[in-house]
Amino acid sequence: MLELEAVAYRYPGSARDALRGIDLRLKDGEVVGLVGPSEAGKSTLCLVASGLAPASIGGTLRGRLLIDGAPTTGHPSHVLGGRIGIVFADPASQRSGMTGTVLEEVALGPVNLGLSVEETLRRTRRALERTGLEALAGRDPGHLSGGEAQLLAISAVLAMEPRHLILDEPTSHLDAAAARRVGDVLRALATEGTSLLIAECRTDVLDGLCNRVVALDAGRMVLDGAARAVLADSSLLAIGVEPPARLRLEAALAERGLALPDGLVA
Amino acid sequence: MALDAIGRPGPSLYHRLNPLTKVASAAVATLGAFLIGGYVAPALLFAGLVLPGALVARLLRRVVRLSLLVSLLISVSVALVSVLTRAGATTLFTIGPFDATLEGVDFAGRVIVRLVVAAAALTLFGLTTEPRALVADLERRGASPRLTFALAATLDAIPRMIERAVVVAAAQRARGLDTEGRLLARLRGLVPLVGPVLLSSLAEVEQRSLALDARAFGRRGPRHPVWSPPDSDRQRAVRWLLVLGLTAILAGRAVGAVPELP
Repeated sequence: MLELEAVAYRYPGSARDALRGIDLRLKDGEVVGLVGPSEAGKSTLCLVASGLAPASIGGTLRGRLLIDGAPTTGHPSHVLGGRIGIVFADPASQRSGMTGTVLEEVALGPVNLGLSVEETLRRTRRALERTGLEALAGRDPGHLSGGEAQLLAISAVLAMEPRHLILDEPTSHLDAAAARRVGDVLRALATEGTSLLIAECRTDVLDGLCNRVVALDAGRMVLDGAARAVLADSSLLAIGVEPPARLRLEAALAERGLALPDGLVA
Repeated sequence: MALDAIGRPGPSLYHRLNPLTKVASAAVATLGAFLIGGYVAPALLFAGLVLPGALVARLLRRVVRLSLLVSLLISVSVALVSVLTRAGATTLFTIGPFDATLEGVDFAGRVIVRLVVAAAALTLFGLTTEPRALVADLERRGASPRLTFALAATLDAIPRMIERAVVVAAAQRARGLDTEGRLLARLRGLVPLVGPVLLSSLAEVEQRSLALDARAFGRRGPRHPVWSPPDSDRQRAVRWLLVLGLTAILAGRAVGAVPELP
């Protein structure tokens, strides 16, 4: 279990906290969506939950980040990387620029961990299979479509074999088709038991994927509950988050006394 | 999944040489041209270290063209300054207060030859060596991952900034910015491009370093890469010969045992 306990975080040089009073638990195998308007603190929460803040970017963290009940204070980021993976929004900025093929790019994390070549290749193959990129193993990482590049970023993190995966707006740089493809991979990961924390502006991506949804506003958690209940909550719109299209359609039909037929909307 | 997804063979024998061999060749040609001087030594270095590689790699025309282009500005300024201001016994012609001397032309010629040979050697290295291959080889030899990343990021930075500049320019043009036409218009059009390109480059560097941190990049300790460029005893011997040969020539020149060539 990944746990944030009474967490508050302030960026270096900032006069105010970017996160306040965050209590969040991510159980093994759980999929939690994170929504909120711009500047709500979603990306900051992702950085804190992954351990990169403050370990890599500095700043002041109050409260605790715990993995299976043990605090992670003082753990270097490379140790946390083997337990908590993080994927960012822009696929291009996650490429190392140091590898010539997709396979080498995915293998970079295990290589950095000092694993043997055999173990590195085992993890790399598995990561590529989980994201459906085996056929692109020999491709130049710089010559991939947007969706493929983001799946490469996910692969590269999966090769570290983290138990928890944090994704900060993984579809924001993608078109609808690529976003669907990434969503399908995330669904498959969830069924395999990897726990996911997915920060998204596109609530459609989270609809049907998440067990729970947490809403942030101005650095505080304002909603936390079952996905359907939170995504349908009227206060979500009040903080500037649009509910998924399916729920909006259901609500509009319900106003007219109609119901959305099962299976009509995927 | 085939293991041929690891590494990429180059298109020619010269491309496939170990990056350190190509570094040694370029370094010896460059240093030799500058330290030995004259006309003959740089020409011999070009003929021995640059020309064969360029021919094997089928890049001779491109190497010559790029090296002349790269050294053009400096060569022109060296020529102007040396020819017109260097004192000498033989005046070729006079322009206002300046006497163009034969000694000035000779000095400019020696400098330009060195510049062109160095540019050709470095251009051949750049065209035949993937930054990633160099980085992988350095890491295998125990170089710090931070150093190798800095090298790879530097080599990668310019093409990425060019890519970004193209996108930013297109976006700005869509908002009415004039970036075509006369030189002055193009120069004016550069100003609103510089800020976004630099800022987005900095943002990307920050994000990339976080992504690498998350992949244990900061860990100290041995690594076992899945691929590194092949090397051989023969190439190792050639590298040593090049370095020792240059050292011997320079030492010989210093003690007067090796005569100065024209």
